Amino acid sequence: MAAHRCSCWSWLLILFSLSVFVVADIHETTPVNDHHGGVDHNAQTAEQTADQPAVEERRWEATEVKEAATVDAAADIQGTSAPETVVPSSVPQPKDDFQEELVIRPLHSGDIYASFQFRTLWDTDFMRENKVSHYRLFPKSLGQVISKFSVRELHISFTQGYWRTMQWGQPFIPSPPGAELWVWFQDSVTDVDATWKELTNVLSGIFCASLNFIDSTNTVQPSASFKPLGLGNVTDHSFLRYATLPREIVCTENLTPWKKLLPCGSKVNVPPFTCAFFFLKKRGTSMPSVSVLSFLLTMFSEQAGLAVLLKSEKLFHSSFHSQAVHIRSVCQDWQCKTTSWELRQTLNSVFDLHNSGQTKREWSLFKMFSRTLTEACPLASSSKLYIDITDNPQGEQFELSPATSLLSQAVVLGDRRTFSVYDLTQETTFGTVRSLNLLIRWKSNEGEMLRPLLHAERYVAGYGLQTGEIHTLMYNNHPYRSFPVLLLDSVPWYLRLYIHTLSVTSKGKDNKPSYIHYEPSKDRVKPHLLEMLIQLPPNSVTEVTVQFERALLKWTEYPPDPNHGFYVGSSVISSLVPSTVAMHTNSTRERPLFSSFFPCKEESSYFVRIYTEPLLVNLPTPDFSMPYNVICLTCTVVAVGYGSLYNLLTRSFQIEEPNPGLAKRIANVIRRMRGVPPL
Amino acid sequence: MQILTLLGLFSACFLANSINIENSAGQFFSSGHTNNWAVLVCTSRFWFNYRHVANTLSVYRSVKRLGIPDSHIVLMLADDMACNHRNPKPATVFSHKNMELNVYGDDVEVDYRGYEVTVENFLRVLTGRLPPSTPRSKRLLSDDRSNILIYLTGHGGNGFLKFQDSEEISNVELADAFEQMWQKRRYNELLFIIDTCQGASMYERFYSPNIMALASSQVGEDSLSHQPDLAIGVHLMDRYTFYMLEFLEDIHPASKTNMNDLFKVCPKSQCVSTPGHRTDLFLRDPGSVLITDFFGSVRKVELTMDAINLTDPIKQMEENPVNGEEQKEVYSYADQLPVSEIIHQKPKQKDWHPPDGFILGLWTLILLVFFKTYGIKHLKHIF
Repeated sequence: MAAHRCSCWSWLLILFSLSVFVVADIHETTPVNDHHGGVDHNAQTAEQTADQPAVEERRWEATEVKEAATVDAAADIQGTSAPETVVPSSVPQPKDDFQEELVIRPLHSGDIYASFQFRTLWDTDFMRENKVSHYRLFPKSLGQVISKFSVRELHISFTQGYWRTMQWGQPFIPSPPGAELWVWFQDSVTDVDATWKELTNVLSGIFCASLNFIDSTNTVQPSASFKPLGLGNVTDHSFLRYATLPREIVCTENLTPWKKLLPCGSKVNVPPFTCAFFFLKKRGTSMPSVSVLSFLLTMFSEQAGLAVLLKSEKLFHSSFHSQAVHIRSVCQDWQCKTTSWELRQTLNSVFDLHNSGQTKREWSLFKMFSRTLTEACPLASSSKLYIDITDNPQGEQFELSPATSLLSQAVVLGDRRTFSVYDLTQETTFGTVRSLNLLIRWKSNEGEMLRPLLHAERYVAGYGLQTGEIHTLMYNNHPYRSFPVLLLDSVPWYLRLYIHTLSVTSKGKDNKPSYIHYEPSKDRVKPHLLEMLIQLPPNSVTEVTVQFERALLKWTEYPPDPNHGFYVGSSVISSLVPSTVAMHTNSTRERPLFSSFFPCKEESSYFVRIYTEPLLVNLPTPDFSMPYNVICLTCTVVAVGYGSLYNLLTRSFQIEEPNPGLAKRIANVIRRMRGVPPL
Repeated sequence: MQILTLLGLFSACFLANSINIENSAGQFFSSGHTNNWAVLVCTSRFWFNYRHVANTLSVYRSVKRLGIPDSHIVLMLADDMACNHRNPKPATVFSHKNMELNVYGDDVEVDYRGYEVTVENFLRVLTGRLPPSTPRSKRLLSDDRSNILIYLTGHGGNGFLKFQDSEEISNVELADAFEQMWQKRRYNELLFIIDTCQGASMYERFYSPNIMALASSQVGEDSLSHQPDLAIGVHLMDRYTFYMLEFLEDIHPASKTNMNDLFKVCPKSQCVSTPGHRTDLFLRDPGSVLITDFFGSVRKVELTMDAINLTDPIKQMEENPVNGEEQKEVYSYADQLPVSEIIHQKPKQKDWHPPDGFILGLWTLILLVFFKTYGIKHLKHIF
């Protein structure tokens, strides 16, 4: 009992010191808050409330910043959107920077597409001699991975569900079902394969995924696809590795470590607090301390910013879920003479609201995420919520509440889109209730979606368990322009491709690829790799077929559920699709995060990468089940036991005389004539 | 002001208690362990074995609630029930009817999942014989001061436990693994709990010291499942773990409940099977072993009044202004689909090929020899 009390008091002491610390912290932060909404806050809001009804027409974002108007005059002439913020050059820039952003796009199918992007920029050099040891916004676990394995670029994604391009259009950031990992190493790496293997093991620990199943049998080294997305011109493809695990499941255990990488996303779970709380409750200590405690608990367990919306129960109750981490180097300033590291965490979801028992087409942040937004992440330099209202210019399709007067235009994926913008760093966004629960109420169901210019599908044809044929269909829906696509196929070794049957046809005619790279597989060592550069004629379907034979596995190589089938990863189609509007080629310009992922070289076309469905192929599988064993055993017993007994009982046995030689036979004839018994 | 009141109250009580502190200091490290680990394994695949995942996750939830951090828990789940397509509520695993208690939680970390849950990996985790690049989260980094909780559930028989419906671990292998752990000083005390049919057969071969073992059923008995749920369509939990979870939910980090109370969990009237336990290898009296010695990580804290001088302050690294020196190079992004570059890209020569000059020279030699032999005048016979 004494120990019990003692530890209780020790907990109290710790608690007390922490509360003092927290209070001190609050005092430190209050001036910052005052700056935003202190004394003149009331006056400001009063002004704004007076202003709001008067200024009914929508404002464009550019007009917000007075100084920016003149600067962006040139840009406005071209009809492009103005930058979000203009940072005066005299203010010293922080060495690291965090931005968060949520884009919501109502889809024509009635679903809702929500895309989160969190970007951390850091001007540091992970490759220098003395190790980087002080981390602020950048997650330490990933920083150590970058420096230990000399990673130049790392892209990892975990996806559940298949992105339906024909119904949903193009995603901001594409990803194949399952897990995908591609890494560019620095030229200083000597043994790329060993580093790659080690890296996958480490990443499997960081992301709680089975990435350690990536080995030489599913890793390829693309020769033309997957050019680096970051800075640098060195494109020696021997430093590139690419692997997919189409079977990988994605669930809360992958989301938890992903959220922990966010500066505002990690939930600090401190057991001593709950423990101490318990003690206080039990001993009935005075109320003030309990209130301080509960305050402490909320302080430490709450997330801030957009990360509050990331609740696994809601996120995984969706038609499509994809989370990714992209690390690359980007320009630090407009001159692009120095680089900084960019960590981009993205999460894309498509919510099917009809499915979840909704009769009325109505949608709100709370219904979708079971949370509302109350504040921006205090560490973020920008925190914004975009709603795509391109199809709804006059509000005839749906109604948005609370309405925002802030609009923004961005060119994304070859199309100019209009967005309503909610700036979470502004106090007024949250209104008087101090929380933002966005509501969309549909008025009509009409509306045509622009057909995506490029989409693809793939299936397995053939019957039986010996041979088959893989068909890949690529659609060019552009009425009069052809464009090139680069197809990458990585097929596991247990499907033996008959590469001589490879055929590429479009519009009934042979379409000769201008570049073919094929690496045959080696059994149990490496997969097939097929890369082809094909020109897709306008308004056509191009079909790529190749036959294959199914290999027999050794019986220990079958997984525990072989009858489920074996997966073949998605084909990757990279393409330069003609754009209807001029793309921004200036990569250093400040743009919303969702439109700045793929660098753009020319104005007339934009780069897009799409993935086909993964294939599920049945291999000839022995029957591992009990009856098979019983039948085998019984047959053996019958054949060996009963068979030999039957033989013993039914056959008559006699000693066979060996055939005597010729001399002996002659001698016996003579002996018989003589009347002597034969030899 | 409230803080000040709290401070006053606190200091007064502290003085009064200071005498007791010294007396109880001896009890601080009575259990002999300094850290806690847990290895929680579900060995069953397929949706109809939902209850085995729920079993494991409910133990996970309890040990995490009682203070063992995720870094000290090795959680192995052979199948994904939470995000299974048959689960009507994705990202949840329920242990109680009517979806009352979600044992999956919002911040679970599964270390081994799906096909990774094999006998080999399980034994490697226990004995520490893992490949060097295995991440820390997948290792059992215990030492001779560690108390380890090992919980297994799945389908088993007399003397074996099935993994993934395709392989099995025998009780002899398990006993040998524990002996190896003991010899490699990987544990101080070990609590082994198994919820499977004929579970007692799994611990009868143990021979290493300091192991306490519990099982849900005796040899010849089946372990039975508890409540089915109509929405989920399968049984939610096994009886033994269900009542054990009920028991553990009442435990808090300061509980004085001991192992004898755990032995009484789920009598035959509730379990239908007879839970068994084995304590002959264990040196301490089970009545003196707290539940939190294994299920929790209760740190004893000692306060010191002495000031400690940090003589060697950490030196700040001098930041070299890199921007000062002018860099000539301007970086640019790579072209994502350089069509002409790809078309003219030379295919990599894998096999050795003689240099072009050599082949040219060879042909010249052949032609020279030809003309030397036949001369120019014989050409009309050839063509």
